[in-house]
Amino acid sequence: MHPAFSVIFFTVTSGAGFGLFTLLAILHVFGLVDMTQETVLWAGIIGLVLVAVGLMSSTFHLANPKNAWRAFFRFKTSWLSREGVFAVLFYPFALLYLLGVFLQGAEINGFFKAMGILGAILAVITIFSTGMIYGCLKTIRQWNTALTPANYIFMGLALGGLLMVSALSYQDGADVMGVTGLTVTLLAIAALAKAVYYFWVAKVTGPTINTATGFTRAAVRLLDTGHTAGTFLTEEFGYEPDHSVVTALKTLVFALGFGLPILLLALVLAGQAGPGMALWATVSAFLGIIAERWLFFAEARHVVNLYHGAQHT
Amino acid sequence: MRLGLVIDIDTCVGCHACATACKQWNTSGTTGPLTDYRPYGENPSGVWFNRIRHYEIGDYPNNKTINFPMSCMHCEDADCVTVCPTGASYKRAEDGVVLVDQTKCMGCNYCSWACPYGARELDRESGTMKKCTLCIDRIYDEELEEIDRQPACVITCPAHARYFGDFDDPNSEVSKLVRERAGMQLMPELGYNPTNRYLPPRLTTPIPTDDVRKTDLISSVKQWVNKAIAR
Repeated sequence: MHPAFSVIFFTVTSGAGFGLFTLLAILHVFGLVDMTQETVLWAGIIGLVLVAVGLMSSTFHLANPKNAWRAFFRFKTSWLSREGVFAVLFYPFALLYLLGVFLQGAEINGFFKAMGILGAILAVITIFSTGMIYGCLKTIRQWNTALTPANYIFMGLALGGLLMVSALSYQDGADVMGVTGLTVTLLAIAALAKAVYYFWVAKVTGPTINTATGFTRAAVRLLDTGHTAGTFLTEEFGYEPDHSVVTALKTLVFALGFGLPILLLALVLAGQAGPGMALWATVSAFLGIIAERWLFFAEARHVVNLYHGAQHT
Repeated sequence: MRLGLVIDIDTCVGCHACATACKQWNTSGTTGPLTDYRPYGENPSGVWFNRIRHYEIGDYPNNKTINFPMSCMHCEDADCVTVCPTGASYKRAEDGVVLVDQTKCMGCNYCSWACPYGARELDRESGTMKKCTLCIDRIYDEELEEIDRQPACVITCPAHARYFGDFDDPNSEVSKLVRERAGMQLMPELGYNPTNRYLPPRLTTPIPTDDVRKTDLISSVKQWVNKAIAR
């Protein structure tokens, strides 16, 4: 698949924003971490801005954006529609929760607490829907697995955790050890799930050029595609990344996306570095997970490529 | 009703007339125009509802060239319709034809991702998804004579390799052909249950070549001289 920058940017930033809000609401509402009003508001606003920027960039890949409002009307069957509905539904709950913190300080009443928790639940459902947009496609075996939505959720929460520690590092005398430990765990789970995914998609399964043409008892080779220049199909689905680039980027995913952030947070846990180190860990993780998302699209091979001569996907 | 096409790959000669006729009819049809990009420039490209590819089946000497026209299969379980977030893509209940409402489409490409057969192409000019309509503006047009109420690709095919009809009717020509010639679906394992079927090549006995008379030395030299000397 052609890795469109707008969709890479959208899935990474909105995932991180939803992850940050989820952790913020849970840790704050259940009183697991002492947070000041200022910290909650700033973290909440950063989360909402990330989500908003991501959602806006997702409309950039539309060829006819004036009809984008119609995307909310096929909730019954379409995961893309569901994602849009849940993302918009998330906002009133998240804003009411932050309004409660703004009016009442860090100690909010039951109503605003409920708003925060409902917002967190909707945030996780939205990340799941984003993953299912890709996971439900039978045409792309690299996506059509339960690991796809799982990876989206784990990486969203891990990035959210890093942002949460970063936000807490600005609060004087905050106890960041608990959140840091949680974030290291989330990063480790995300790394493991991604490793399982790469192992899983390495094995070739699914349709071949033989089942695509119906000739299952003989070798089938492409003689001619019937067109001299590229078509929409070759431009959209024909992208074939360089093997060496893929290998290099996979190393980068694990080194920058998971390894270095875990190492830097371990320094914080061991008392060797201040909580400000979480900022560097966040920057590194964002770079690594953008590389992961680029690979997620670039490595996906659509079955229509079989008709253009690929023997398998 | 379940309308669709049967394509006989035994008789298809790969002339691309169906694709050209399709483009000609549909560019001024209900989902037209079928925009061309750089039509007289370098690397001309554009929107087509029907594309023909060519394959080699088997290994020499037991090989065969196959011409493979492909358009929308009007699937029974059309994922392109279920994934569409706007409701622009729909499958007609009365005849099973899959269409795109051009006034509702937002050009997100998602339906083209869900289609395994490459039947959907984005028109970069209008920003909407376009696809085979099974010539919906032709097959129901009572102004036309009954024999002309067929898709343009079917009428134009000089090899008579394309058939149009109702697959729900067991006595229709398409149903009979599928029964008698083992009409197959493409990528049935994906579960889209495509309506269009392909008739595989008939079994033929290879023509023996062992007994073909070998040319003697003198006529071989004559042939070589005739080729070597430019007139």
